[in-house]
Amino acid sequence: MNVFQWAVIALVLSFFVATAAAVGAPTPRLRNILAGVAAMALGVSGTATGVAALTGDTTILLLATPLPGMTLSWHATALGGFFAAVSGVVVVICALYGIGYAHGPAASRTGWSAFAAFGLGMQLVPLAGDVVTFLIAWEVMAIGSSVLVLSDHAHRPGVRKAGLWYAVMTHLSFLLLAAGLGIAAASAGSTSFYAIATTPPTGEVAALAFVLALVGFATKAGAVPVHIWLPRAHPEAPSHVSALMSAVMVKMGIYGAMLLTTRLFPNGPSWWALLVLGLGIPSALYGILQASVASDLKRLLAYSTTENVGLILIALAIAMLTRPTRPGISAVALIAVFLLVVSHAAFKTTLFLAAGSILHGTGERDLDRMGGLAVRMPVTAIALAVGSLGAAALPATSGFVAEWSLLQSLIHADSRTDRLTTAILPFVMGVVALTAGLALLTFTKAFGIATLARPRTANAAAAHEGSRSMRLAMLLAAAGVVAVGVIPGVLVRAISPVLPEVARPTAYSAGLVLPGAQASLDPTALALLALAVTLPLVTTGWLLARRVPRQQVAMGWGCGGVRTSPRMQYTATSYAEPLVRIFDDALAPTRDVRVTHAEESRFTVRAMAYSQRVVDVVEARGYAPVVRALTRLGDRGRSLQNGSIHRYLASSFGALLLVLLGVLG
Amino acid sequence: MSDSLVAGLAIALQVLAVTAAAPIVVGVTRQIRARLEGRVGAGVLQPWRDLRKLARKEPLTAEGVILGRALPVALMSVSGLLVALLPLVTTLTLPAVPDDLFVVVSVLLLGSVFIALIGLDAGSAFGGMGSSRHMMVSALVEPTVLVAVYALSIPVGASTLSTILSARMSTPASIVSPVSALALVALLIAVIAETGRLPVDNPSTHLELTMIHEAMVLEASGRDLGWIELASWIRLTGLFGLVANLALPWGIAEQATVGTLGIGVAAIIGKVVVLAGIVAAVEVFLAKVRLFRVPELMAGSFVLGFLAVTASYLTGAS
Repeated sequence: MNVFQWAVIALVLSFFVATAAAVGAPTPRLRNILAGVAAMALGVSGTATGVAALTGDTTILLLATPLPGMTLSWHATALGGFFAAVSGVVVVICALYGIGYAHGPAASRTGWSAFAAFGLGMQLVPLAGDVVTFLIAWEVMAIGSSVLVLSDHAHRPGVRKAGLWYAVMTHLSFLLLAAGLGIAAASAGSTSFYAIATTPPTGEVAALAFVLALVGFATKAGAVPVHIWLPRAHPEAPSHVSALMSAVMVKMGIYGAMLLTTRLFPNGPSWWALLVLGLGIPSALYGILQASVASDLKRLLAYSTTENVGLILIALAIAMLTRPTRPGISAVALIAVFLLVVSHAAFKTTLFLAAGSILHGTGERDLDRMGGLAVRMPVTAIALAVGSLGAAALPATSGFVAEWSLLQSLIHADSRTDRLTTAILPFVMGVVALTAGLALLTFTKAFGIATLARPRTANAAAAHEGSRSMRLAMLLAAAGVVAVGVIPGVLVRAISPVLPEVARPTAYSAGLVLPGAQASLDPTALALLALAVTLPLVTTGWLLARRVPRQQVAMGWGCGGVRTSPRMQYTATSYAEPLVRIFDDALAPTRDVRVTHAEESRFTVRAMAYSQRVVDVVEARGYAPVVRALTRLGDRGRSLQNGSIHRYLASSFGALLLVLLGVLG
Repeated sequence: MSDSLVAGLAIALQVLAVTAAAPIVVGVTRQIRARLEGRVGAGVLQPWRDLRKLARKEPLTAEGVILGRALPVALMSVSGLLVALLPLVTTLTLPAVPDDLFVVVSVLLLGSVFIALIGLDAGSAFGGMGSSRHMMVSALVEPTVLVAVYALSIPVGASTLSTILSARMSTPASIVSPVSALALVALLIAVIAETGRLPVDNPSTHLELTMIHEAMVLEASGRDLGWIELASWIRLTGLFGLVANLALPWGIAEQATVGTLGIGVAAIIGKVVVLAGIVAAVEVFLAKVRLFRVPELMAGSFVLGFLAVTASYLTGAS
């Protein structure tokens, strides 16, 4: 027995322990602790499987089932190991957070059992060695998360609708995957990924399998236009589950896309790369545009997930485009993919956990009703700050390192010989840059409005910090963001087995070295330089402060008036108002201004109400007509069912006749 | 002395020189503007006198302001870091910290975020308004900056500024090529927007409906305001210096001797003063555009950058 086998056994065992603890624990408090610790063990074993696979283990585990001809298999590969390790770490942090955070339905027997199942499914997906095992693990993951999304269905009506959207979209994804991977398996004559990779289908069959499976994975990853479940499901799920869904589950879609493009069909034609790019560009732009105008913090984070998935897909597409001619650059783009995955997992976990802590401490999810939280929730504010810096790709965070490698791969990707790539690149560059700019605005808004200035509501003024486990989990996640941002070289070294030969680091370095692009980045040195600049400034500031001390005054400048109400501060909605105007066509907001006139005169205004709503255009224009048509069809079908027993008997007879005819014919 | 120590000292000199010169550069622009408008003007040293005054005054902090103490110093530190990274006086860089353009841009953006947070932290309608507008402009400037950077980096195949500058010095013809001209114009528009000059923002206005930068710093006082003002002047000088050096790279020190560094300091101050003077003179004849016309300006500059990239593929020395 080697490490991988032990770790898989520990994984399954800890799942059973977690379920048993969830079901058997006598009190909710004890249940949180026992099931939470068992779920953490599940995450640790998941990380161990991943690390074992990353360090060169290639074990194949076979599990016979009572069904004839069906054997489940788990195969340790570097690619799968990478994703298993990432999800394991996030499961540990989210379970730790859940110990202090879970309450109500999320802390019920069902809640913790579903959490364990969700975690198990996510750990098993990247380790699956054949199509059937993969689909089973995928479904465990989907069902576990669906149950969790529905946690609060008794309290909030929106949850039911979100759950429905999620269930439909996730099963759409399942069907597409089953079809795509099924075609590939049928053509290879075996369900194992190894067999498909050695005798891949060619021509139209390969194209069909690729497109179906890619769209299936994109649905799970939340790429535009199949993203619509994401902004509904993430806000409604309990926050430690949203973190897990956004940081890891969505990445399983990315894992799938990488499985397709790097392992199963590595030599696809170039239009496959363009298809991936075609998914990535709208996702990045539309995602960040919606995020920048959102004022519900968790909805904002959900859209930002779509944006990051878009960036990851763009990097993957560049890797695919340059693979035949420029292997060095392709490797740089692949490094960017992996860094983006790790970075997004780190900062999105931090941000969702911080959002959960704010929800816990104030009962608010709407940024417009927050403010001044840094005073009463310092740890949460720090986590939100670090996460926001990461999401805005600013220096000394993981987001910056990842985006830097993406940009490096972009500026070196032109080859002059390939006109298509050359024509596309500047455009992609512009898209990535606009995305980065809007992300900056989005997260300045999220952090600034939530934690700075004065509280806008009584709830925000009465905020309280979360429990010890929540604070610890947030700080751990935030530390991850900074660690990857300051010493990315260590991470790249650790994941080097998953990289192509040319991109593996040769010498030890804390910074990031991209040999393909002849570029290097050493954030530690940058941080030291910043420190060297800052120290004299702080000293000067301190000296000045000793001579003239600071004075606290009661109010800011109120144009000579009395103290202004906190409601007069800018809100998240007003912060994004210029953007809503500029991107009016893409966002299609609905504005409503109601003016009530005084009774005496039409020229005197008594009251004015302004409301603005931004809906998801893709949903309103793309999905709503389909849903309406289906509902109409269903209504029409209902008229068949009028309660008459004769009609039912006749239709049964008709059905039987049809079947018989089919069998005979 | 080891190379990195020499480079470190040269960079320290660069930071000090730019810090000392930045208020004077701003003083020159104000003086030129005043003379062109028929006023006497306060003299080029007035910004320095303002700073001395602000350093002696006590800062007031309103209730509810949370990061008001730390953010001005952080902003100043980011500006210092920006100047340390840019090749202004010398092209020498620390071996571990190459002047990679993407790093420079991200440090610039970090500064934008800090000043936007100062605006939000004030807790007034003005601060938030300025902050929101500022971030909007920054978001729209970013594509232009990166595409212009991309265009400049194509001919040399590297994204480090010192490499780009050295290549331009060795082949002066590349400076007057269409690629370079288009990219420089795009970059200049981006720099003007980013530093809050006309026609994007009016640095001397205090009118609620139009101000961007001033709205954010309205609540700051005493040394806090001093830090913020000095930081934005340094940023302006650094960015103008970058554009000036890209247009006319001569004079920049490639080795660190007392002579070359002296020439380097004199050259960069001269170039920036001339460029800032031209900008100030042009500003007299410009009015601020409506806020919602700024995206059109930015789109225009993005197109220039885009054309520069395309041109570099057509004409490019591959």
